[in-house]
Amino acid sequence: MISFLALVRKDLKLFFNDRRAVIVSLLVPILLASFFGYLFGGQGGNAETSKVPVLVIDQDASDISRGLIIQLGSDKNLDVKPSTFEVAREAVRKGKATAAIVIPKDFGRDAGRALFTGSAKPELEVLYDPSHQVELGMVTGILSGAVMQAVSKEMFTGKSGREMVNESLAQVENDARMSADDRKALRDLLGGVKELNEQQEKTGASGPGESSGGLNMPYQTRERAVTSGQNVEYNGYAHSFGGMGIQFILFMGLDAGIALLMLRQSGLWQRLRAAPLSRTVLLGSRAVSASLIAGFLLLMLFGFARVVFGVHIRGSFAGLVGVCAAFSLMTAAFGLMVAALGETVEATRGYSIMATLIMVMLGGAWVPTFIFPKWLQRLTVVTPTRWAMDGLDGMTWRGLGFSSALAPIAVLLGFTFLFGMVAVMRFRWGTDA
Amino acid sequence: MLEVKGLTKSYGKLTAVSGVSFRAYHRETIGLLGPNGAGKTTTVSIIAGLVSPDSGEVLIEGKPVQGDTDPVKRKIGLVPQDMALYEKLSAHDNLTFFAALYSLTGAKAKQAITEALSLVGLSDRAGDKVERFSGGMKRRLNLAAALLHDPQILLLDEPTVGVDPQSRNAIFENLETLKERGKTLVYTTHYMEEAERLCDRIVIIDHGKVIADDTLQGLHTLLPVTNIIAIELDHADGFKPEAMLALAGVKSAALEQGTLRVGVHDLSRDAPGILRWLAENGHSYHHVSSERPDLETVFLTLTGRSLRDSQ
Repeated sequence: MISFLALVRKDLKLFFNDRRAVIVSLLVPILLASFFGYLFGGQGGNAETSKVPVLVIDQDASDISRGLIIQLGSDKNLDVKPSTFEVAREAVRKGKATAAIVIPKDFGRDAGRALFTGSAKPELEVLYDPSHQVELGMVTGILSGAVMQAVSKEMFTGKSGREMVNESLAQVENDARMSADDRKALRDLLGGVKELNEQQEKTGASGPGESSGGLNMPYQTRERAVTSGQNVEYNGYAHSFGGMGIQFILFMGLDAGIALLMLRQSGLWQRLRAAPLSRTVLLGSRAVSASLIAGFLLLMLFGFARVVFGVHIRGSFAGLVGVCAAFSLMTAAFGLMVAALGETVEATRGYSIMATLIMVMLGGAWVPTFIFPKWLQRLTVVTPTRWAMDGLDGMTWRGLGFSSALAPIAVLLGFTFLFGMVAVMRFRWGTDA
Repeated sequence: MLEVKGLTKSYGKLTAVSGVSFRAYHRETIGLLGPNGAGKTTTVSIIAGLVSPDSGEVLIEGKPVQGDTDPVKRKIGLVPQDMALYEKLSAHDNLTFFAALYSLTGAKAKQAITEALSLVGLSDRAGDKVERFSGGMKRRLNLAAALLHDPQILLLDEPTVGVDPQSRNAIFENLETLKERGKTLVYTTHYMEEAERLCDRIVIIDHGKVIADDTLQGLHTLLPVTNIIAIELDHADGFKPEAMLALAGVKSAALEQGTLRVGVHDLSRDAPGILRWLAENGHSYHHVSSERPDLETVFLTLTGRSLRDSQ
């Protein structure tokens, strides 16, 4: 036991003696986690998001097209600017604008007709930057709502709308192909609209720009983040500190493994092996010291996040400690496995860094896993990082109870056992004499 | 007593050691001499329990080393060829750690550390980090770390590699002190002068096999000549050394940069006749000295190769 404790104490002493390395081990994940936390919503999830730059080419210059541009410009997510076709196309090509909307000539007239009679629908051309597919979906969604509102408003209350109603009424009366029932229904509808227009004209309630009239979206959305409780705001830093903590602690485990690999090739290893120490003591002490360092780093990271960014442990504290401990053990076992499987330091460093980065990425430490394809999301359950992230998220901002930590803890301990077994079975004890 | 019996170890097709056997008694310093790759380090690694032999055994006080935790291992101290120290820790912290590996703590550890530091002359640098030490100081601390548990047998694997002559002398003095204290030293080296200075007995290893195991004097008897008379001639031009081979007792004769080297077995018997022959044949000289052949010559005689050429 004296030897075991001496080995653990020596590892801790070596780690903490290198103050620069300790500071870097803490500072880098803190900086990155702060940055990602800010990007992913910051404190309270209300960080200012950048508007999507959209250019509009109005070739119609009708009341409807002008109304449409006003509608688009009023959306908080869009930064709408007028442009010409060539300039807009070049701007999108160079990535200066995400999309450009071309409102063709006679769009207002054709859209009004299409609204009532189903005649040929005019086309709105949207030029877009293919690297911004996600924003494109948002732009077309906003555009649909804005078109519907602008066209219907003009049709029901605007001057051109009144002309369109009269024209459409005449068309309905003269269309020999239309059935009597359809004609009656459309006559009633358009007559009602005409009557409404005349009434609004008398009362003067339909001035341009007023919000009355037109077909508005029949619902509103109220967005509310589902967190650990009512009035508890989502804190993006909770996820990012968990993610960055996992990433850097895995790298710490990797470093410990590489260090063991290097140790095997040194006189120190010969001296350790010459002492009357069991293999369990030699590898076990390494696992314990790496776990303690990993636990310390996680604790410090969450401590910083608590003090500076107000990250609270909304769930079970015992669960968080359990997840951290299980992840720390898994990290230590991962390091031992790297040391056991590695041939040369250079090659091992290369492939283990790649493996670590893949684990970190698939685990959702960089970006949430929901943006992955479904098959990939299913695949991520085979990575320990995914379980660690789920556990840390659950115990921090999701505010889940201890029972929710049991699965991540069990899986992480399972990985610990698996990696540990591989390490013990494949570790080469002889020296390269 | 350390007894090495028929050690054989192969790595794939390469046979590192083959049937290596020797004994080392109390107060005895054994030199394992051979070129790089001869099998010295493998032999030491097997003795220290770092490598398992394919066949053969190592007995310490008549007992084989069985398993990693065998208490017999406490009788061995290893000074590896590579520096076995933590650079970021102080000398004292290093020794405290290595003492704990042998369950030495508290007053016992303190005493062992004090004695070890005193022996290697680093008491005043105990608190300094190893990274601030010179190469020679690190080598001495490397030696101290192997002494903490007071082992009976000290395995020294080329412990003076890369150190300056002053530090090398300091290490030699440390080893001589240890020898006086009754320790058994097994010293691997490819430096002839080190083996000649330190070792009571020399085991010459080449290509994994023991080709000689004797005292320095005993090894000299293997040579065709045991003494060389070096005569610096006044005029060497035209001198034909092979003419001297006809003289009684002369085993070899060579002229090199004006110095005539004549190999004989019995210096007192053969030297007067050689000097007289030179005088009678008109070859004056201004300096005469005698040399003993060194281990280099022994190695050359035994293997047909120069030790330095074999590095």
